[in-house]
Amino acid sequence: MTLGAVDAQNLVDALGQGAIYALMAVGIGLVFGVLRLVNFAYGQLVMGGAFAIAYASRAGWPTWAAILSCFGVVLGLSLAMELAVFRPLRTQSPAVMLVATFAVSFLLQSVALLVVLEVQGQLGVPAAAVAQLQQAVTIGGVDVRKVTIVSLVVAAVALGALALLLGRTTIGLQMRAAATDFTTARLLGVSANRVISIAVLLSGLIAAAVAVLLTARQPYVQNDFALLDTIVVLVGVVVGGIDRLWTATLGGFLIGFASGVINGALPTDKSAYLPTVLFSLVIVVLVIRPAGLFSRTGSSSVERV
Amino acid sequence: MKPSSLVQLAGPCALVALVGGVGSFTSIATAIYFETAIVSVAIVVALYVFVGNSGVLSFGQISFVAVGAYVAGIMTVPVGTKVGELPTAFPLLRDHSVGNATSFVLATAIGAVYALVAGVVLMRLSGLAAGIATLAVLEITNNVLTEWTRIGPGAGTLSSITETTGLLQASVGAIVVIAIAFAYQHTRYGRQLRATREDPAAAQAVGISVHRQRLWAFTLSGALSGFAGALYVHQIGTLTANQLYLEQTLLSLAMLVVGGAASLWGAVLGALAISGLDSFLGQAESGINVGFHLDLPTGTRLVAVGAIMAATLVLRPSGLTGGREFSLRWVVTLWRRRQVA
Repeated sequence: MTLGAVDAQNLVDALGQGAIYALMAVGIGLVFGVLRLVNFAYGQLVMGGAFAIAYASRAGWPTWAAILSCFGVVLGLSLAMELAVFRPLRTQSPAVMLVATFAVSFLLQSVALLVVLEVQGQLGVPAAAVAQLQQAVTIGGVDVRKVTIVSLVVAAVALGALALLLGRTTIGLQMRAAATDFTTARLLGVSANRVISIAVLLSGLIAAAVAVLLTARQPYVQNDFALLDTIVVLVGVVVGGIDRLWTATLGGFLIGFASGVINGALPTDKSAYLPTVLFSLVIVVLVIRPAGLFSRTGSSSVERV
Repeated sequence: MKPSSLVQLAGPCALVALVGGVGSFTSIATAIYFETAIVSVAIVVALYVFVGNSGVLSFGQISFVAVGAYVAGIMTVPVGTKVGELPTAFPLLRDHSVGNATSFVLATAIGAVYALVAGVVLMRLSGLAAGIATLAVLEITNNVLTEWTRIGPGAGTLSSITETTGLLQASVGAIVVIAIAFAYQHTRYGRQLRATREDPAAAQAVGISVHRQRLWAFTLSGALSGFAGALYVHQIGTLTANQLYLEQTLLSLAMLVVGGAASLWGAVLGALAISGLDSFLGQAESGINVGFHLDLPTGTRLVAVGAIMAATLVLRPSGLTGGREFSLRWVVTLWRRRQVA
C-alpha cells in the first residue's frame, strides 16, 4: 500500500475544509453555551440555505440576491426552530434536547425530500449561483480554489467579530455569563430570552455563511446536504471539548483539517475508507483524552453538577 | 421477587404474545407487518437496556444490530450459494455455514464483543459527549460494511438469507429480550445504573462507579442488539448496509421516546405503536385502499415519524407511559376512565 502524497495543495484544501467546519462548530457551540443544547439539526439549517441558493439560481437571480435569500431562509428557520423546539424544551436534560433535534433534523430532511420530489421530480437541484467560486487561482505553484480563500477569510472575520462581540459588548458579557451559570446570570438581571435569541440568531448567521461556502464546494443540493458534515463536526466538537466555545471551535477546525489531510494521504483505491480512518483517529484521541483534547482537567468521568 | 414486579414483566410479554397471536390469524402478506413490529420490539428493548437505564443517549446501538444481522445473515446462507454471491469474502465466512440457532449465538456474541470494545473507550466520556461520540461508531460500522467486500456484500445486497423468523420465532425472541432486560434492571447492577441516571453525583457519593455500570449496560445492550439483528435479518431475508443506519436509528429512538424511555413497558409499547404507524404509512406511500384510495407522496413516512417524535418530546417528554412500568392498576384506571367517558 502506497500512501498518496500530502503536498502543499492538500494542505491548502484541508485548511479550507477546516475553516468551514470551525464555523459550523462555532454555530453549534454558541447555542450549546447558553442552552446546553446540541443542535443535531444544524446541518438542516445549512441545507435550507443551500436549497435557497439552488432555487434562486434556477430562477435566474443574480448572485447577491441568491446569497441574500440564503441568509433569509436560514435565519427564518433558526428562529422557527428556537420558538417551536428549543424554547419548550429549555428545561429538559441535554440528552432529551439532543434527541429532539435529531428528530427535527430528519423531519426537515424529509420535508425537503417531499418538496423537491414534488416540484422537481428528481432528488436534487443544481446551485449555479456561487459556482464561480470553484475556479482556481495559482499562488506559488499551488492551485487554490477561490472558495478556499473565501472560506478562510469568512472564518477569520466571523471568529474575530464574534470574539469582539463576546469580549467587548454588554450582550457578549451576558452571553458568557449565561454560558457559565445560567441561573445566576438570570438572577443578576440577564434576560434569558434575549440572550438565547441572540445566540440562535448568531448561530443562524454562521449557518447561512456555511451554506454559501458548502454550496460553492458541492453545487448539487440534495436533502442530505451537510448531514455528514454535521456529524463530523459534532464529533469534532466533542474531541475538542464541548464545554468551552474556543475548544469546541478548535475541535471543529482540527477534524476538518484532519479529514482533508487524510483524504489526500489515502491511496485512491482506499479513499472510500475516509470516514473509518477519521473516526478511528477520533476514538484513539478519546482514549488518550476522554474529556477533550484541550481540556484542563484531563479527565472528567461525570457531568458537572 | 414481589408479585407486583412480575406483573411488570408479564404485561409486556403478554402484549407481544397477543400481537403475535393476532398476526397468525391474518393473511401471509399482513402477517409481515406483525413480524416487523415484534422484531422492532426486540431492537428497541435492546436499545432501552442502555439508553433507558442510563439516561445517556446512544446513536451507536444500531451498529450492533447491523453486525449481528451481518453475521447471522452471512453465516446461514448455504455454502454453495455463498461462493457465487460473496466471491471475495474471507474463506472463514465464505466456506462455512451454520444453523439457525447457532447464528443467533454468533450474532449475540459479536454484538457483545463489539459493544464492549467501543464502550471501554466511549463510556469514559461524560454522558452527553458519550452520546455524540457514539455517532463515530455508527459511521465507522456503516462505512466498513458498505466498502469492505471481504466481510459481506459491500455496497450490494445479499439476498437468499433463510427467512426463519416467522411470528413464532419473532415473538419468542422478543420475549427473551424483554425477560433479560427485565431481569437486568432488577439486579444490583441495573439498580445502580438507574441511580446514576437519576443523580450522578449522589450515586457516585454512595460508591457507584458510573463508568463501570454504563459499560455493563452498553455491553448487555450490544449483545441483545446483535440478537435482535439476527431476528431482523432472518425476517427480512436481505441485507444492505444502509438498512441499518441513520434512518433505523431515528426510527428506534422515536419508538423508545414515544413510548417513554425510562420504562421497559414504554419501550415495548412505543415500538409496537410506531412500527404499526410506519408500516401503514409505508404502504400508503405506494397507494392503498382504506375505504378510499390513499396515496401519499414519498417521504411522508419519515415526516410523520419525525413530527410525532418531536411533538412527544415537546408536549410529553416522558412518553406515552410517563416512564412507568406496566401495572394492573394502570389497566384498571384506563378501563374506568373509558367507562366514565
